[in-house]
Amino acid sequence: MRALAFLLLAAAGPAAAQLSLSGEWVGRYHEDFADRIPGDVQGDFTGVPMNDAARRYAEAFDVTRVAVLEHQCQPYNAPHIYRGPLQFRIWEEKDPATQQIIAYRKYLGTYQQWRTIWMDGRPHPPEHAPHTFMGFSTGEWHGDILTVTTTHIKKEFYRRSGIPSSDRTTMIEHYIRHGNLLSHVVIVTDPDYLTEPYITSQEFVLMERGNQNWLYNCEYAMEVPKPKNDVPHYLPGENPFIRDFADKFGLPFEAVWAGAEAMYPEYMPTVEALMHGQAQ
Amino acid sequence: MTRRCHARPAGDARAERDAGSKRNAQAAGEKGAARDARARIAAHGAATGTTSRRATHSAAAFAALAALGQSVDAAAQAANAARTRDARVRPPIETVHVQGNVYMLVGAGGNIAVQIGSDGVLVVDTGTAERSGDVLAAIRQLSNGPIRWIVNTHLHADHTGGNEAISQAGMTVNGNPAAIIAHENVLTRMSEAGAPVTALPLNTFFEDRRDFYFNGEAVFLYHVPTAHTDGDVIVHFRGSDVVVAGGLFSTTHYPVIDANSGGGIDGFIDGLNLILDLTVPAYLQEGGTYVIPGHGRLSDEADVVEYRDMTLFIRDRIAHMIERGLSLEEVLAARPALDYDTRYGNEGGPWTSAAFIEAVYRDLQRKVGSR
Repeated sequence: MRALAFLLLAAAGPAAAQLSLSGEWVGRYHEDFADRIPGDVQGDFTGVPMNDAARRYAEAFDVTRVAVLEHQCQPYNAPHIYRGPLQFRIWEEKDPATQQIIAYRKYLGTYQQWRTIWMDGRPHPPEHAPHTFMGFSTGEWHGDILTVTTTHIKKEFYRRSGIPSSDRTTMIEHYIRHGNLLSHVVIVTDPDYLTEPYITSQEFVLMERGNQNWLYNCEYAMEVPKPKNDVPHYLPGENPFIRDFADKFGLPFEAVWAGAEAMYPEYMPTVEALMHGQAQ
Repeated sequence: MTRRCHARPAGDARAERDAGSKRNAQAAGEKGAARDARARIAAHGAATGTTSRRATHSAAAFAALAALGQSVDAAAQAANAARTRDARVRPPIETVHVQGNVYMLVGAGGNIAVQIGSDGVLVVDTGTAERSGDVLAAIRQLSNGPIRWIVNTHLHADHTGGNEAISQAGMTVNGNPAAIIAHENVLTRMSEAGAPVTALPLNTFFEDRRDFYFNGEAVFLYHVPTAHTDGDVIVHFRGSDVVVAGGLFSTTHYPVIDANSGGGIDGFIDGLNLILDLTVPAYLQEGGTYVIPGHGRLSDEADVVEYRDMTLFIRDRIAHMIERGLSLEEVLAARPALDYDTRYGNEGGPWTSAAFIEAVYRDLQRKVGSR
């Protein structure tokens, strides 16, 4: 009889029990290591399907802008933050009455950021709602894959070389767990700065022991005497660092600057032709 | 028709906390600042001959004022709105609790700020004339207290069109319609355009800053000369920690430089820098002081910073092109705002990307010529 009661209770649970993502996860950086850990070289525009507007923005970008008071403590936004060193903790928030998952809560050690992934079917906020660096997220399970849609993200960058992301980006994430490994796929669409979706992926490993170094402190302060409202930037055609990456790796600048076209294997003959032309 | 919502982004615990908290304000006496202001109304009315002008105001002249406003930022906003919704449908007025005593009303032309409390209601900008009934209904959902004060951030009709209706629906402690405050240049220009006296901001100031206390907090009005117009005012609710930017900040279009109303690019950047001086982010450039833009979504310092940077970059590029001797046509062809056109540009409507570039060019060229 007790066994029957247990079976009945078990049957009363959610129709489709989902994989648990709860726990503390830390990144594995074998993929795109140079871009994600040492950090990108100035002038690295490869692999991002940027449009002409993004090119102009990147050309004007001066990295010393980070010294401007209002930029000093600006964190990476949601599409960007997973591209650096990152560990995160994720846990479930359940309705006490039904035990259905209302939301996943997520704490990201980088920049001490918090995310909520709503699972209760609520709509995204209206257009006039404020934006945040982590945005507003809703999720749903497709089989064993958690798919998350995020809007209302603040403007930031896809890469610190100055490739901008707009505040109209939409980020789709897929969380795919394989035992103690978690694949995280990010697909970003941006009507302002991308010609096609920008797709990246990262791997995370479940940590058996929590890491304690999860705090981030930033206090903005004028560190270099300069006129208060100056914002460093380069005028069109005057950025002296724009070719740094191309020069460092012996690549034709046209290929580094090409955007989506240069992201696919079909572009390799063009690279070779450009290099051959340069050699001549 | 009104619709209320709480627009804090989720992920912020406050989103679940204080949605829909309706405050019933109680009428109370105006404070000393108000009495002082009334004295200035009388003095200013006498000095400018406002009273004698009343008989000459005509509907046609007021229509000209409306056209003035619509020809600049209202038109840019309208063009933006037309892209996203059927023009035949009147959008609902949406009410957003910003924080503290302050709410934002969206959908009546320019954004409107409403501060409520035990002293009554203070309204910053009044939207378009045709939506004034809906705006009043939205205010009444927030408070039944008397509308004591209206502040105009500038003269354009999408921000002042509801002045008459909302002022008449309000009441000062001595029984007059709600007092309308603005910089004196707004009164001058609205008077010249023939606005009805009941729509005029007769409570004016000429100094850099005016402040008074209302609903338990200090309210600061900062005049920014030669910016969007020559009568721009930024409103800062110090206790609620909300800044109302008026025509100086938008999330939907390029800065509107209304040169015919005394606007200028350098003053515009000064105004954005002043907003940045007033705002303090809560954590890592997020939250803290909120900024209600003239058009678009509720913002904070990080959003204003990006807008300031953009305006400054484009100003510098055009200035550099002028120094190199480029004509307006050559500047337009060089697309100095290329990196922002997809975000803020409009190809149609009265305030196009080209109109913005031209306004900056002509303003800077005039300054170069006057050196």
